[in-house]
Amino acid sequence: MLTVSQSTKSAPPAVELSQAAVSFGRQESTVVALQETSLRIADGEFVALVGPSGCGKSTIMRLTAGLLQPTKGAVIVGGREVSAKALRIGMAFQNPTMLPWLTIERNVMLPLKIVKPFRSEYRAKKNGEFRDRVRALLADVGLDKFANHYPWQLSGGMLQRANLCRALVHEPSLLLLDEPFGALDQFTREELWGTMQSLWMKRRPTVLLITHDLKEAGFLASRICVMSARPGRIIDDSAVNFLRPRTVEMTFEHDFVALNQRLRELIIDARSETAIQGA
Amino acid sequence: MSYEMRRRFWATALIVAFFGLWEILCLALQVSDLVLPRPSQVFATLVDRFPVLVPHIIQTLWTTMVGFVLGVVVGVVIGAAIGVSRTAYDTAYPLLIGFSSIPKVAVVPIFVLWFGSGSVPAILTALAMCFFPIVVNIATGLATTEPELEDVLKSLGASKLDILWNVGLPRTMPFFFASLKIAVTFAFVGSVLSETVASNRGIGNVMMSASSNFDVPLVFAGLFILALLGVALYVAFSLIETRVTGWATRRQDFTAA
Repeated sequence: MLTVSQSTKSAPPAVELSQAAVSFGRQESTVVALQETSLRIADGEFVALVGPSGCGKSTIMRLTAGLLQPTKGAVIVGGREVSAKALRIGMAFQNPTMLPWLTIERNVMLPLKIVKPFRSEYRAKKNGEFRDRVRALLADVGLDKFANHYPWQLSGGMLQRANLCRALVHEPSLLLLDEPFGALDQFTREELWGTMQSLWMKRRPTVLLITHDLKEAGFLASRICVMSARPGRIIDDSAVNFLRPRTVEMTFEHDFVALNQRLRELIIDARSETAIQGA
Repeated sequence: MSYEMRRRFWATALIVAFFGLWEILCLALQVSDLVLPRPSQVFATLVDRFPVLVPHIIQTLWTTMVGFVLGVVVGVVIGAAIGVSRTAYDTAYPLLIGFSSIPKVAVVPIFVLWFGSGSVPAILTALAMCFFPIVVNIATGLATTEPELEDVLKSLGASKLDILWNVGLPRTMPFFFASLKIAVTFAFVGSVLSETVASNRGIGNVMMSASSNFDVPLVFAGLFILALLGVALYVAFSLIETRVTGWATRRQDFTAA
């Protein structure tokens, strides 16, 4: 089953993987991390990538970030072949990796210290314009009172909010999220879905979210891609058309549950395939 | 009484008890001051001879500090060089461990052979004693940077230098200061060691000549001075450490600052 949403066809894609494949090692000992995969993400789209663990989701993310070069095929981001130097990307992982010696405000400001064109203005603006920008962002996620706190003074959920702010502060055109809410408890996670949704609705970055939480994918994404087990490839691609803003209550409604179940079956099939191959 | 007050009280009490017991045992067992002088005798000697001892104290302190500063420079450079690259780390480690396992007493005669007796061998021995813990700590601090954080920074277009400056070096600071406290006491051991072997100045030399004159209280006075200087330097670096790397120990007063 393959449903491609309309938007991907018209506008030039923000991200395009064309027949991109990744393998490690040489000849006999080659490990294929990703089979030839094609994926187009339109500008402003929110794509979730789900699949069994070890299927190459993170490989796709590292390809898109320019941290990894494809062995075959091409990866085009913002109209250019990727290399980490030229991009303006925001990234957030499951581990918030805040620097313990900086306040939350300074942590969130870190990309401005590194990314062009902000880095040349960092000294002049770090106590003015940049601080206001960081404060506004922190206010959006409800952390404005914690700007001058150190990371260890915050809870896991708060750190993850700060992590999202750090990924967005330099106004990236592409946001890459690798299971950012994976380590949080159920309620904090649902709370952060709401935060993420409102951040996205306000700023409309292109997002590629990697997750193994199907409910999370359905709540946040405008499109869900399902990957097969290793070596991965995309086996299903479908639009999610629930109205926004979505609420946690909606995740208990019939359509949402039906979507969840369909995705679940796809992944279970993908898993059992490898189980047979492995046997 | 607060925890801090109690801690100080008991630390002081332990020191007083130590010297008290020493004094009492010497008196009770009638130990000759040629074997083990009483603390009161040592303090009397210390006060009595202090003007004569001052130039020696300055000499020891001077050679220690010069050796220590050079050791820090050498240690940081080598540590940073082998910490940023896995290959350099694996390549250089066996040689460094081999070097650090050599008893430094054994190299003093070589330094004397090359540079004559005096300040230079003392400085070099201090350097040789103190740079290794710094190398290890800097290298470890740099080598243990979280890979996710490096990915985040690389995807922002950060250069190796950016990552080193913004992440590598700051996160190495607690390791660095921990090593400084050890290194400064090692530097002390080095310079005194060299003075006892080949020098006509410094506390090490005073102790050597005093023991050959059977002036045992003066030998112990030398030991007391060394202990005091060692504690003073350790405290100085601890103070700098808490100011610079309070974040690592999650100090509330660091946050307020």
